[in-house]
Amino acid sequence: MIEVQGLYKRFGELQVLTDISARFEKGKVNQIIGMSGSGKSVLAKCMVGLHKPEEGKVLYEGKSFHDMDRDAMRSIRQEIGMLFQGSALFDSLTVLENVMFPLSMFAKMSRSEMEDRAHVCLERVNIINKDELFPAQISGGMQKRVGIARAIAMNPKYLFVDEPNSGLDPQTSIVIDELIKEITEEFDTTTIVITHDMNSVMETGENIVFIHKGRNAWSGTRDQLLRSDNQELNDFIFAGSLMRQVRDSLKGKD
Amino acid sequence: MQLLLHIGRYFLLIKDTFSKPERLSLYWKRTVEEMDLLGVKSLGIVALLSVFMGAVITIQTSSNIDAAWIPSYVVGFTARQSTILEFSPTIISLILAGKVGSNIAAEIGSMRVKEQIDALDIMGVNSAGYLILPKIVASMLMNPFLVMISMFLSIFGGWLAGVGTGIVSSVDYIYGIQFDFDPYTVTYALIKTVVFAFIIATVASYQGYYTRGGTREVGISSTRAVVYSNVVILIANYALTQLLLL
Repeated sequence: MIEVQGLYKRFGELQVLTDISARFEKGKVNQIIGMSGSGKSVLAKCMVGLHKPEEGKVLYEGKSFHDMDRDAMRSIRQEIGMLFQGSALFDSLTVLENVMFPLSMFAKMSRSEMEDRAHVCLERVNIINKDELFPAQISGGMQKRVGIARAIAMNPKYLFVDEPNSGLDPQTSIVIDELIKEITEEFDTTTIVITHDMNSVMETGENIVFIHKGRNAWSGTRDQLLRSDNQELNDFIFAGSLMRQVRDSLKGKD
Repeated sequence: MQLLLHIGRYFLLIKDTFSKPERLSLYWKRTVEEMDLLGVKSLGIVALLSVFMGAVITIQTSSNIDAAWIPSYVVGFTARQSTILEFSPTIISLILAGKVGSNIAAEIGSMRVKEQIDALDIMGVNSAGYLILPKIVASMLMNPFLVMISMFLSIFGGWLAGVGTGIVSSVDYIYGIQFDFDPYTVTYALIKTVVFAFIIATVASYQGYYTRGGTREVGISSTRAVVYSNVVILIANYALTQLLLL
């Protein structure tokens, strides 16, 4: 489990996060949602240590991440898998080498064992016979799946996924969402998805944190989300006509 | 104030770069790759420049010696001294700052803007060490070889131009390049080259590592890498010359 307590982050004069507290549970797809520029990606980057908050704590199983020494921080990071918005695959490495990369750095395995493990991860995300291709030679959806394969190569305890559906068509988005959900259940990871895609929220969100103007404006489950009377949250989730129809149909049932 | 910030950040980056590697064999593999990319692949331009540089030094020296009492072997002597003391170590390093420095800054800068460096950090990899250390080691190992090759080719280029145009005989030129030779000048040149190699690799890496923004900023980092490493090389050249030759 990951817990955030009273987190503040500013860049120069700009206060980006203000007093954020939230809990992200194990074995669940936790989602951080909010409008573009609301501070959700900054929150995720504070949680993985790419940004240092001015105040507050990020606790991994009760241990304060930013108070750890560099070695302890690195060992926590080795338990984190992250899929970036742009996949962040290494351009000069092939698909297979990208997935093998964390193994070659940290796992005590022979080359053939690493290849076997990488193939298992690639097959898990339905990437087959693409070993020798470079990231630029595969589609955006495939890049995301290779990114997931790389993220799970070390059997992570924590999985961070930043905007998994950006730049993808609706069908591929659903495939990625389902994959994230399956992997969370299979690996029992604490998964944190940063998204503003309401389809993704409705498909996979179990524990949802809504960030608005750098504050934790609401948190709850998917069912609570649709029935919330929080005005800022409603403005965000019912901005699209499809979601408004869902709300109206729910009102009809009630 | 900004300058102090950059200097402080530069030294902190160097400190991170030299922290213990996660897996030495992987770092060594990358070092060998960088030796090929930064060293072997620079051989062509170094060779071409050196031959013409030597040729020009010889012709210019000869054209400036009017007095009949100055022996013609002075042309060879001057070509050797100019090449070893200054042209090969400094000019070649400045050229390499342009070729290799911009390459390093662009590569690391692109990785930064594409979040690949963040990915390394999150995996628990020391990104500074993994990306920069092999480049520093490769440059410091390969540049002295490049400069030694440059010395040889520059002096050879001088011989070609001198003998080819008839401004000096082969015997006089060869006598000149052997006359009053002090091996310390080569040591001095190689010490300078190693220091310049360190400057090129670290200044360029620093510019790339702290790139923020997109492709335009990668271009700006590349340009800065070349300009700043050239300036630092020239300052270091003066300091080293005073330190080692006086």
